[in-house]
Amino acid sequence: MGLETAFGHSYLTTRLDEAVNWARKYSFFNYPFVTACCGMEFMSTFASTYDIARFGAEYPRFSPRQADVLFVVGTVNEKLAPVLKRVYDQMCEPKWVVSFGVCATSGGFYDNYATVQGIDKIIPVDIYIPGCPPRPEAVLDALVKLQEKVAKESVLDRKYK
Amino acid sequence: MTSYLLETLKSKFPDAVLETHAFRGDETALVGKEDLLRVAAFLRDELGFDMLMDLTAADYLPRDPRFELVCHLYSTRHNYRLRLKCPVGGDAPAVASLTGLWAGANWFEREVWDMFGINFEGHPDLRRILMYDGFEGHPLRKDYPLKQRQPRIPHRD
Repeated sequence: MGLETAFGHSYLTTRLDEAVNWARKYSFFNYPFVTACCGMEFMSTFASTYDIARFGAEYPRFSPRQADVLFVVGTVNEKLAPVLKRVYDQMCEPKWVVSFGVCATSGGFYDNYATVQGIDKIIPVDIYIPGCPPRPEAVLDALVKLQEKVAKESVLDRKYK
Repeated sequence: MTSYLLETLKSKFPDAVLETHAFRGDETALVGKEDLLRVAAFLRDELGFDMLMDLTAADYLPRDPRFELVCHLYSTRHNYRLRLKCPVGGDAPAVASLTGLWAGANWFEREVWDMFGINFEGHPDLRRILMYDGFEGHPLRKDYPLKQRQPRIPHRD
Protein backbone atom coordinates (compact mmCIF):
# COMPACT_ATOMS: atom_id res chain seq x y z
CA MET A 1 0.00 0.00 0.00
CA GLY A 2 0.98 3.61 -0.29
CA LEU A 3 1.71 5.88 -3.18
CA GLU A 4 3.08 3.04 -5.24
CA THR A 5 -0.40 1.53 -5.61
CA ALA A 6 -1.81 4.83 -6.80
CA PHE A 7 0.93 5.63 -9.28
CA GLY A 8 2.08 2.21 -10.37
CA HIS A 9 5.71 1.31 -10.53
CA SER A 10 6.89 4.84 -11.39
CA TYR A 11 7.22 5.77 -7.72
CA LEU A 12 9.01 4.50 -4.66
CA THR A 13 8.45 5.90 -1.21
CA THR A 14 11.12 5.96 1.44
CA ARG A 15 12.46 8.16 4.19
CA LEU A 16 14.44 11.13 2.95
CA ASP A 17 17.40 10.20 5.15
CA GLU A 18 17.56 6.73 3.72
CA ALA A 19 17.42 7.87 0.12
CA VAL A 20 20.05 10.57 0.61
CA ASN A 21 22.33 8.39 2.70
CA TRP A 22 22.06 5.56 0.20
CA ALA A 23 23.29 7.92 -2.48
CA ARG A 24 25.98 9.39 -0.30
CA LYS A 25 27.47 6.21 0.98
CA TYR A 26 27.89 4.61 -2.43
CA SER A 27 29.41 7.60 -4.15
CA PHE A 28 32.22 8.92 -2.00
CA PHE A 29 34.52 11.29 -3.80
CA ASN A 30 37.70 11.15 -1.82
CA TYR A 31 40.57 13.51 -1.43
CA PRO A 32 43.83 11.64 -0.83
CA PHE A 33 46.05 13.69 1.49
CA VAL A 34 49.04 11.41 1.05
CA THR A 35 52.23 12.27 2.89
CA ALA A 36 54.13 9.04 3.41
CA CYS A 37 54.66 5.36 2.71
CA CYS A 38 51.02 4.45 3.51
CA GLY A 39 50.34 5.92 0.09
CA MET A 40 51.53 2.67 -1.47
CA GLU A 41 48.83 0.66 0.27
CA PHE A 42 46.36 3.37 -0.59
CA MET A 43 47.22 3.01 -4.28
CA SER A 44 47.00 -0.74 -3.96
CA THR A 45 43.52 -0.44 -2.53
CA PHE A 46 42.51 1.71 -5.45
CA ALA A 47 44.08 -0.52 -8.08
CA SER A 48 42.35 -3.43 -9.73
CA THR A 49 43.34 -6.24 -7.32
CA TYR A 50 41.45 -4.78 -4.39
CA ASP A 51 39.34 -2.43 -6.46
CA ILE A 52 37.72 0.09 -4.17
CA ALA A 53 35.36 0.84 -7.07
CA ARG A 54 33.31 -2.13 -5.88
CA PHE A 55 32.25 0.11 -3.01
CA GLY A 56 31.60 3.15 -5.13
CA ALA A 57 34.55 5.14 -3.82
CA GLU A 58 36.97 4.89 -6.69
CA TYR A 59 36.92 8.49 -7.74
CA PRO A 60 39.62 10.69 -6.22
CA ARG A 61 39.12 14.43 -6.55
CA PHE A 62 42.28 16.42 -6.27
CA SER A 63 40.40 19.47 -5.16
CA PRO A 64 39.08 19.36 -1.60
CA ARG A 65 36.12 21.45 -2.72
CA GLN A 66 34.78 18.53 -4.72
CA ALA A 67 35.52 15.82 -2.17
CA ASP A 68 33.38 14.09 0.44
CA VAL A 69 35.94 12.01 2.27
CA LEU A 70 39.36 13.18 3.31
CA PHE A 71 41.84 10.33 3.48
CA VAL A 72 44.82 11.40 5.59
CA VAL A 73 47.41 8.88 4.53
CA GLY A 74 50.68 9.02 6.43
CA THR A 75 52.57 11.11 8.93
CA VAL A 76 51.46 14.68 9.51
CA ASN A 77 53.99 16.94 11.15
CA GLU A 78 53.55 20.27 12.86
CA LYS A 79 54.81 22.08 9.80
CA LEU A 80 52.11 20.51 7.67
CA ALA A 81 49.27 20.79 10.19
CA PRO A 82 47.98 24.19 8.99
CA VAL A 83 47.87 22.83 5.43
CA LEU A 84 45.78 19.84 6.52
CA LYS A 85 43.45 22.13 8.46
CA ARG A 86 43.06 24.36 5.43
CA VAL A 87 42.33 21.45 3.11
CA TYR A 88 39.71 20.22 5.57
CA ASP A 89 38.14 23.65 5.90
CA GLN A 90 37.81 23.90 2.13
CA MET A 91 35.72 20.75 1.90
CA CYS A 92 31.96 21.22 1.67
CA GLU A 93 29.51 19.61 4.05
CA PRO A 94 28.79 16.79 4.34
CA LYS A 95 32.35 15.62 4.82
CA TRP A 96 34.08 12.76 6.54
CA VAL A 97 37.66 12.06 7.52
CA VAL A 98 39.50 8.75 7.50
CA SER A 99 42.78 8.51 9.36
CA PHE A 100 44.83 6.02 7.37
CA GLY A 101 47.55 4.17 9.25
CA VAL A 102 49.05 4.48 12.68
CA CYS A 103 50.99 7.69 12.01
CA ALA A 104 47.94 9.69 11.06
CA THR A 105 46.03 8.09 13.92
CA SER A 106 48.45 8.64 16.80
CA GLY A 107 51.80 9.76 15.44
CA GLY A 108 52.94 6.14 15.50
CA PHE A 109 56.49 5.71 16.61
CA TYR A 110 57.27 9.30 15.67
CA ASP A 111 56.92 10.58 19.21
CA ASN A 112 59.14 13.58 18.58
CA TYR A 113 59.40 17.32 18.19
CA ALA A 114 58.10 17.36 14.65
CA THR A 115 55.12 15.03 14.49
CA VAL A 116 51.47 15.68 15.31
CA GLN A 117 50.37 12.95 17.72
CA GLY A 118 47.30 12.04 15.72
CA ILE A 119 45.45 14.18 13.20
CA ASP A 120 42.47 14.40 15.56
CA LYS A 121 44.51 17.10 17.27
CA ILE A 122 43.90 19.14 14.13
CA ILE A 123 40.60 18.00 12.58
CA PRO A 124 37.74 15.68 13.64
CA VAL A 125 38.12 12.08 12.45
CA ASP A 126 35.38 9.56 11.66
CA ILE A 127 37.26 6.34 11.08
CA TYR A 128 40.72 5.24 12.17
CA ILE A 129 42.58 2.50 10.31
CA PRO A 130 45.35 0.83 12.32
CA GLY A 131 48.41 -0.71 10.72
CA CYS A 132 51.84 0.30 9.57
CA PRO A 133 50.80 0.38 6.82
CA PRO A 134 47.25 -1.04 6.86
CA ARG A 135 46.51 -3.86 4.45
CA PRO A 136 44.05 -3.05 1.68
CA GLU A 137 41.48 -5.31 3.36
CA ALA A 138 41.63 -3.06 6.41
CA VAL A 139 41.05 -0.03 4.21
CA LEU A 140 38.03 -1.64 2.59
CA ASP A 141 36.74 -2.60 6.02
CA ALA A 142 37.11 1.01 7.11
CA LEU A 143 35.23 2.16 4.05
CA VAL A 144 32.36 -0.21 4.81
CA LYS A 145 32.34 1.03 8.41
CA LEU A 146 32.18 4.58 7.15
CA GLN A 147 29.27 3.63 4.91
CA GLU A 148 27.49 2.15 7.92
CA LYS A 149 28.12 5.33 9.84
CA VAL A 150 26.84 7.50 7.01
CA ALA A 151 23.72 5.35 6.74
CA LYS A 152 22.81 6.25 10.33
CA GLU A 153 23.15 9.98 9.87
CA SER A 154 20.34 12.43 9.28
CA VAL A 155 20.37 15.03 6.54
CA LEU A 156 19.47 17.54 9.21
CA ASP A 157 22.67 16.90 11.14
CA ARG A 158 25.35 19.48 10.99
CA LYS A 159 28.11 17.43 12.44
CA TYR A 160 30.91 19.89 12.55
CA LYS A 161 30.27 23.44 13.52
CA MET B 1 98.39 -0.13 6.91
CA THR B 2 99.38 3.41 6.10
CA SER B 3 96.98 5.55 4.21
CA TYR B 4 98.20 7.83 1.47
CA LEU B 5 95.49 10.39 2.17
CA LEU B 6 95.94 10.52 5.90
CA GLU B 7 99.73 10.55 5.70
CA THR B 8 99.64 13.39 3.19
CA LEU B 9 97.31 15.38 5.38
CA LYS B 10 99.39 14.79 8.48
CA SER B 11 102.64 15.79 6.84
CA LYS B 12 101.08 18.85 5.20
CA PHE B 13 99.19 20.06 8.28
CA PRO B 14 101.02 18.68 11.31
CA ASP B 15 99.31 21.19 13.64
CA ALA B 16 95.84 21.18 12.13
CA VAL B 17 95.22 17.44 12.03
CA LEU B 18 94.27 16.44 15.58
CA GLU B 19 93.69 12.78 14.97
CA THR B 20 93.29 10.26 12.17
CA HIS B 21 91.93 6.77 12.00
CA ALA B 22 90.99 4.27 9.36
CA PHE B 23 88.69 1.30 9.70
CA ARG B 24 88.36 -1.12 6.78
CA GLY B 25 89.16 1.60 4.29
CA ASP B 26 87.00 4.28 5.92
CA GLU B 27 89.46 7.06 6.52
CA THR B 28 88.77 9.84 8.96
CA ALA B 29 90.70 12.95 9.82
CA LEU B 30 89.88 15.23 12.73
CA VAL B 31 90.98 18.81 12.18
CA GLY B 32 90.91 21.89 14.34
CA LYS B 33 88.16 24.42 13.82
CA GLU B 34 90.48 27.25 12.80
CA ASP B 35 92.12 25.12 10.13
CA LEU B 36 89.00 23.56 8.62
CA LEU B 37 88.81 25.88 5.65
CA ARG B 38 92.52 25.58 4.89
CA VAL B 39 92.49 21.78 5.03
CA ALA B 40 89.28 21.58 3.02
CA ALA B 41 90.69 23.83 0.31
CA PHE B 42 93.78 21.64 0.11
CA LEU B 43 91.66 18.53 -0.16
CA ARG B 44 89.62 20.01 -2.95
CA ASP B 45 92.38 21.67 -4.95
CA GLU B 46 95.33 19.35 -4.44
CA LEU B 47 93.84 15.95 -3.68
CA GLY B 48 90.91 16.10 -6.06
CA PHE B 49 87.96 15.97 -3.64
CA ASP B 50 85.56 17.68 -5.98
CA MET B 51 82.38 16.58 -4.27
CA LEU B 52 80.93 17.19 -0.83
CA MET B 53 78.69 14.18 -0.35
CA ASP B 54 77.38 15.03 3.08
CA LEU B 55 77.78 17.53 5.84
CA THR B 56 76.18 16.96 9.20
CA ALA B 57 76.93 17.20 12.89
CA ALA B 58 76.68 15.26 16.13
CA ASP B 59 76.04 16.43 19.67
CA TYR B 60 78.14 14.74 22.37
CA LEU B 61 76.58 16.79 25.16
CA PRO B 62 78.62 16.38 28.32
CA ARG B 63 81.81 16.50 26.31
CA ASP B 64 83.68 19.67 25.57
CA PRO B 65 83.83 20.72 22.77
CA ARG B 66 80.29 19.61 22.49
CA PHE B 67 79.59 19.32 18.75
CA GLU B 68 81.39 17.62 15.95
CA LEU B 69 80.97 18.67 12.35
CA VAL B 70 81.18 15.71 9.97
CA CYS B 71 81.91 16.12 6.26
CA HIS B 72 82.03 13.28 3.78
CA LEU B 73 84.14 14.07 0.77
CA TYR B 74 84.37 12.17 -2.48
CA SER B 75 86.69 12.41 -5.43
CA THR B 76 85.00 11.54 -8.69
CA ARG B 77 88.36 11.55 -10.44
CA HIS B 78 90.13 9.13 -8.13
CA ASN B 79 87.14 7.34 -6.64
CA TYR B 80 88.16 7.77 -3.05
CA ARG B 81 86.50 9.11 0.01
CA LEU B 82 87.46 10.86 3.19
CA ARG B 83 85.57 11.76 6.33
CA LEU B 84 86.58 15.11 7.73
CA LYS B 85 85.53 15.91 11.27
CA CYS B 86 85.85 19.09 13.22
CA PRO B 87 85.09 19.67 16.91
CA VAL B 88 82.96 22.75 17.58
CA GLY B 89 82.11 24.03 21.02
CA GLY B 90 81.20 27.05 23.08
CA ASP B 91 77.94 28.78 23.98
CA ALA B 92 77.51 30.12 20.46
CA PRO B 93 79.11 27.38 18.37
CA ALA B 94 80.40 28.61 15.04
CA VAL B 95 82.60 27.34 12.28
CA ALA B 96 83.69 28.54 8.86
CA SER B 97 81.27 27.88 6.03
CA LEU B 98 82.32 25.51 3.25
CA THR B 99 79.98 27.09 0.70
CA GLY B 100 82.89 28.90 -0.90
CA LEU B 101 84.52 25.57 -1.73
CA TRP B 102 81.52 23.40 -2.48
CA ALA B 103 78.27 25.14 -3.38
CA GLY B 104 76.43 22.02 -2.22
CA ALA B 105 77.34 22.86 1.36
CA ASN B 106 74.67 25.56 1.36
CA TRP B 107 71.63 23.48 2.26
CA PHE B 108 73.60 21.03 4.42
CA GLU B 109 74.81 23.90 6.54
CA ARG B 110 71.32 25.32 6.78
CA GLU B 111 70.16 21.96 8.04
CA VAL B 112 72.95 21.78 10.62
CA TRP B 113 72.07 25.30 11.71
CA ASP B 114 68.42 24.35 11.98
CA MET B 115 68.95 21.10 13.88
CA PHE B 116 72.02 21.88 16.00
CA GLY B 117 72.35 25.66 16.03
CA ILE B 118 75.88 25.75 14.73
CA ASN B 119 76.55 29.05 13.05
CA PHE B 120 78.41 29.01 9.73
CA GLU B 121 80.47 32.11 9.25
CA GLY B 122 80.41 33.28 5.66
CA HIS B 123 77.26 31.38 4.67
CA PRO B 124 75.29 33.43 2.13
CA ASP B 125 71.80 32.67 3.49
CA LEU B 126 71.83 30.93 6.84
CA ARG B 127 68.22 30.31 7.91
CA ARG B 128 66.15 27.32 8.90
CA ILE B 129 65.50 24.78 6.18
CA LEU B 130 63.37 22.05 7.81
CA MET B 131 61.62 23.60 10.78
CA TYR B 132 59.12 26.39 10.33
CA ASP B 133 59.41 30.09 11.06
CA GLY B 134 58.82 30.75 14.72
CA PHE B 135 60.27 27.44 15.86
CA GLU B 136 62.43 28.01 18.91
CA GLY B 137 65.55 26.07 19.71
CA HIS B 138 67.38 23.37 17.80
CA PRO B 139 65.65 20.00 18.10
CA LEU B 140 68.57 17.63 17.57
CA ARG B 141 70.52 19.08 20.46
CA LYS B 142 70.66 16.63 23.30
CA ASP B 143 69.31 19.21 25.73
CA TYR B 144 66.21 19.92 23.63
CA PRO B 145 63.33 18.58 25.78
CA LEU B 146 62.17 15.24 24.39
CA LYS B 147 58.47 15.97 24.80
CA GLN B 148 58.49 19.62 23.81
CA ARG B 149 56.06 20.48 21.03
CA GLN B 150 55.72 23.75 19.19
CA PRO B 151 52.45 23.58 17.25
CA ARG B 152 51.84 26.14 14.53
CA ILE B 153 48.09 26.05 15.00
CA PRO B 154 46.23 25.36 18.26
CA HIS B 155 45.42 21.69 18.85
CA ARG B 156 41.86 20.51 19.49
CA ASP B 157 40.63 19.25 22.90
